[in-house]
Amino acid sequence: MQGNIASAEGALAAGCTFFAGYPITPSTEVAEHMASRMPKIKGACYIQMEDEIASMAAIIGAAWTGARSMTATSGPGFSLMMENIGYAFMTETPCVLVNIQRGGPSTGQPTMAAQGDMMQVRFGSHGDYSVIALCPSSVQECFDLTAKAFNLADRFRTPVFLMADEVIGHMREKIEIPDRVEIIRPKPLADGALPFAPGPDGVPGFAPFGSGRHIHVTGLTHDERGYPDTTNPSRHESLVRRLVSKIEDARHEIADYTIVNEDAAYVFVCYGAPVRTVREVVERQKVPGTGYLQLRIVWPFPENLLSRFPNVRAFIVPEMNLGMMAREIGRHVRTPVIPVSRLGGDLHTPEELVQAIRTAGGI
Amino acid sequence: MREDWLREDRLPHIYCAGCGNGTIMNCVLEAVERIGWEKNETVFLSGIGCSSRAPGYILTDSLHTTHGRAIAFATGVKMANPSLHVIVFTGDGDLAAIGGNHFIHACRRNIDITVVCMNNHIYGMTGGQGSPTTPIGKTSTTTPYGAKESPFDLVDLAIAAGANYVARWTSFHVKQLTDAVLTGLLTPGFSLIEVRCQCPTSYGRRNKYREPVDYMTYLKTHAILKEKWERTAGPRDELPSDSFLVGEFVRRNRPVMGVSDET
Repeated sequence: MQGNIASAEGALAAGCTFFAGYPITPSTEVAEHMASRMPKIKGACYIQMEDEIASMAAIIGAAWTGARSMTATSGPGFSLMMENIGYAFMTETPCVLVNIQRGGPSTGQPTMAAQGDMMQVRFGSHGDYSVIALCPSSVQECFDLTAKAFNLADRFRTPVFLMADEVIGHMREKIEIPDRVEIIRPKPLADGALPFAPGPDGVPGFAPFGSGRHIHVTGLTHDERGYPDTTNPSRHESLVRRLVSKIEDARHEIADYTIVNEDAAYVFVCYGAPVRTVREVVERQKVPGTGYLQLRIVWPFPENLLSRFPNVRAFIVPEMNLGMMAREIGRHVRTPVIPVSRLGGDLHTPEELVQAIRTAGGI
Repeated sequence: MREDWLREDRLPHIYCAGCGNGTIMNCVLEAVERIGWEKNETVFLSGIGCSSRAPGYILTDSLHTTHGRAIAFATGVKMANPSLHVIVFTGDGDLAAIGGNHFIHACRRNIDITVVCMNNHIYGMTGGQGSPTTPIGKTSTTTPYGAKESPFDLVDLAIAAGANYVARWTSFHVKQLTDAVLTGLLTPGFSLIEVRCQCPTSYGRRNKYREPVDYMTYLKTHAILKEKWERTAGPRDELPSDSFLVGEFVRRNRPVMGVSDET
């Protein structure tokens, strides 16, 4: 099965009943598969919108009726979605976006892989916010993490991003599809509770449109009733701080990762397609002194995991960008952080990673 | 109007004295009441601008969205749950400028929603800039020497794009407007009701309609009933300057999307 198809199947297994999208390489197979599958599922809706702005708007509208909703896109479309991504964050709307990353900036390389949107997903919309972003490195993970993204979206009432790339999206591998996947829906809005009053975890209860709670939803700064209150500085500060901390405070608990060789001196920190080259070097070639940390949830960044390597002499970060997550890692450690950057669409070769270890003084 | 449809805890509203938007809200709620829709099954959406504050004052589920995008959000609501009645409040800038693409595609799809456009020919909330419906020669903060661009005709646009029901009235013609909204709500597919209305603060002040009643008088005296014009005008006659047609322009039965199976 292809990665993009696995992502669509993972969404359907998780009960996704609404998909809005717009054709764009290299994510189009997600939409095509949904267009083929959803009309045969009772109560499900696939719609092709006029652009990515509208796609993002439509999945937010659908989410407010209680549907699990998703869109899929790539760089240029992701840029267009930024406006309504901010709206989804501000209005605490659960929804899932799949971004099959390709070479940018601009139209760039439509058919080639990249990881250049890792900072855009974190900071691309205006204002302070925070996100949950998952990165699959195999077709199996495309299925599993897309299904998981819906649970995280519902639990935290926030847009969740599957940040895959062209290599993973177009790769074909055998996968195991479970009989059923775990489904965690949003906690319901308690009787008498205000629609934007947070629980102890910072997340309000959810009442979909049509359930009789008469909820006003606005992208303006709002009070716990959902009513606009745009000129009170403390209202804005407490709202934005709550929306950010409900995600950031959960970063250790929701961390999804693999650690290999905790006692390694040279530790690869990796996510997405480069994980495959790292596993070749560490697990198959067994280059001495090496280990790795694979992140399946990249944002919110689980900085505590970096302290799990007591003997580390350098963190080596292979990315298909000019060092985006290497910069984030460098914020948290005094250990040298060595980016191994690749642009153009090809994966790193094992030799490149071995050379990086040599340069760092290992081997 | 049923007062229990208003969020009284949100009053006073932000509309200026003499604004036409409240009249239009009143007509829409009157039409909803006459049909007998319940609050639990009705959703109001809007984008950004003065018109778009209307759903915030109405006691139903409501989505106050981003500038120009309300129709795209409404498409998601309606397609995901066709049993909901979906009404969009918008303005001329929201609908015809930044939201123009969503507007024509919703008409093309003929999605079963009703869009009420409060057309005051100006960006009111940001202080009176020219919009795609500002008539040639009229003054705004961004057309200080008179607008030079040709305006959109929203009715022509909706008809060409495929909407099932299209009407135009004004904030003066409250009975006809209420009837038109009611027909739009009951017509399966996309309905556009354009409502020409006064904005004394931002448009009237700069265009010799300083008093709300001055613009109401203009609306009354320059609105020409479509049927009457078609009956009396010759094939080469042009509308008198500053005049416009009102009435029902289209009621048809193109294929629709988002209609509930239950109805």
